[in-house]
Amino acid sequence: MIDVINLQKSFGDVEVLKGIDLTINKGDIVAIIGPSGSGKSTFLRCLNCMEDPTGGSIIFGGEDIVDMNVDINLHRRKMGMVFQHFNLFNNKNVLQNVMMAPAYLRCKDLKKAKRANVVNKFLNTFRKEKVEMIPITQTAAQIQAEEKEHALELLKRIGLEDKAEAYPSTLSGGQKQRIAIIRSLAMNPDVILFDEPTSALDPEMVGEVLDLMKQLAKEGMTMVVVTHEMGFAKEVANRVIFIDEGVIKEENNPQEFFNNPKDPRLQDFLSKVLI
Amino acid sequence: MGNFELKIAKFIEIFWEQNGYVKVLEGLENTLLIACTGLIIGIIIGTLIATVKVLPKYKTLPKVLNAICNFYVALFRGTPIVVQLLVFYYVLFPLMGWNITGVEVSILVFGLNSGAYISEVMRGGIQSVDPGQMEAGRAVGLSFGTTMMKIVIPQAVKNILPTMGNEFIALIKETSVVSFVGAADLYMAFNYIGSNSYEFMVPYLVMALIYIALVLIISLLIKIMERSLQKSDRRN
Repeated sequence: MIDVINLQKSFGDVEVLKGIDLTINKGDIVAIIGPSGSGKSTFLRCLNCMEDPTGGSIIFGGEDIVDMNVDINLHRRKMGMVFQHFNLFNNKNVLQNVMMAPAYLRCKDLKKAKRANVVNKFLNTFRKEKVEMIPITQTAAQIQAEEKEHALELLKRIGLEDKAEAYPSTLSGGQKQRIAIIRSLAMNPDVILFDEPTSALDPEMVGEVLDLMKQLAKEGMTMVVVTHEMGFAKEVANRVIFIDEGVIKEENNPQEFFNNPKDPRLQDFLSKVLI
Repeated sequence: MGNFELKIAKFIEIFWEQNGYVKVLEGLENTLLIACTGLIIGIIIGTLIATVKVLPKYKTLPKVLNAICNFYVALFRGTPIVVQLLVFYYVLFPLMGWNITGVEVSILVFGLNSGAYISEVMRGGIQSVDPGQMEAGRAVGLSFGTTMMKIVIPQAVKNILPTMGNEFIALIKETSVVSFVGAADLYMAFNYIGSNSYEFMVPYLVMALIYIALVLIISLLIKIMERSLQKSDRRN
C-alpha cells in the first residue's frame, strides 16, 4: 500500500533520515520505536509529506507523493493522522471537528463537478465527440446530512455522542484524542498514522485511547504507530521497527523483536525500558 | 466667562437656524463612511498580506509575493497619511486622468493605509495560533487556503480583536485630516460653523465631545463582539 524507497530528510545540515526503505501492506499494524531524536516522528511526518522529504520516494495510491507536482491534499484524504497533542480545531465543536473536513471536501468536489458539467455542456455543442457528463447523485444538503449522521455514529461508537455540541477546551485529554482518532476515521482513510498518540495523556487515560486503537486494528485498519507503549507494540502490532540514527536498525515480528533482539543498540534500548 | 453664554447662544443659533446640524450630520456620515469602509478594505488587504507572509516559501511565487507585500507595507507605513492623501488626490489620479471625489480618495487611502498596519497585527495573530491547528487541517486533506480561512484565521481574529479595536479607533480619529483633500468630515462641519460665527471655542469643544462619544460607542461594540466570540473558550 505504501512503498517507501530510500527516504531521506535533512533539516539544514542535520541529516535526520539517512535512507529508509519500508513496505507497508494493507492490514499491517506497524509499530515504530526508538530513542528520542532518532527520527521516528520525522519519518512518520514524511509519510504524508507534513515534512517534505529531501530525497527518495513514497509510492502511495500509485503515485510518488514526494513529487511536488502531485496534489498531496488528495492523498492526505486517504491517509489519516493522529497527533501527540490532539490538535482538535479549537473554534469548532466536537461534531463539526469530526464532520467538517469530509463534508466540506465532498461539497467542494460536487461544486467542481457541477462547474465541469456546465463547461462541457457548453463545449459539447461545438464538439463532434461529446464529452460525458459527470453523474451528480446528491445535493450539498444531502452530503451534509449524511456526514453528520456518519459523525454521530462514530461519536456513539466512542460513547461521546452527548459531547457533540461541546467545544474541545472542555474535554479531557483522553476524550480529545479519541475524537481526534474518529476525526481521521470520518474520512474513511486507507491508513492512519499515529504520532505518539498516548504520550501527552495521563496514565489513567492511556487505556481508553489504546482500547480504541486495538478495536481499529481488529477491524483490519492499516496503522503506522510511533509509540513508547511497548505493551501495545507487543500485543497489537504485527511488525515492529526500531529506528536509530536515521536508519531502520531492526525489523521483525513482535515476538522475535522483543524476545530475541539482534541489533546491539536495540538490546541496549530494550534493557532500559520497562515492558 | 461672562461671554461664554453668548458663545453658546451663537453656536446654537448657527447650529439650528442656519442649518449647521445638516453639515454636522453630513460630516459625521462621511467620517464614519471613511473609517468603516477603510477598515473593511484594510482587513481584506491585511489578511491577504498576512497570509502571504506566513506561506511556506519553497517556491518562487510566494517569495515574489512576499517581496511585493514587504514593499507595500514599507511604503504605507513609511509615509504620513496626509502625504498619501495629497499624493493620491493631486498626483496619482490626475496623472491617470481619473476624476474622483475627496471622500472616495479618502476611503481608498485609509483602506490601503490601515491594510498595511492590520497586516502586521494579523500576522501576529496567525502566528499566535498553535501550528498544530494548521497541521491537523492539512492532515485531513484540506488545502492551505481552506485551513487558513476556516480554522486558523477565526482563531487569530479572536486573539487580535482588542488590537483591531485600537486600529478602528485610531482610524476614526485620523479621518480628521481628510479636509486636506476637500472631503467634508466632522472637522469641516464644525469649522464651517466656527467661521460663520467668528467663534471657534464652542464648535471645537462639541467636536471633541462627538469624537469621544464615537470612540466610547465603538469600544462598547468591540466588548460585546469579544464576548460573543468567547463561545469556544472555557470561560463563558
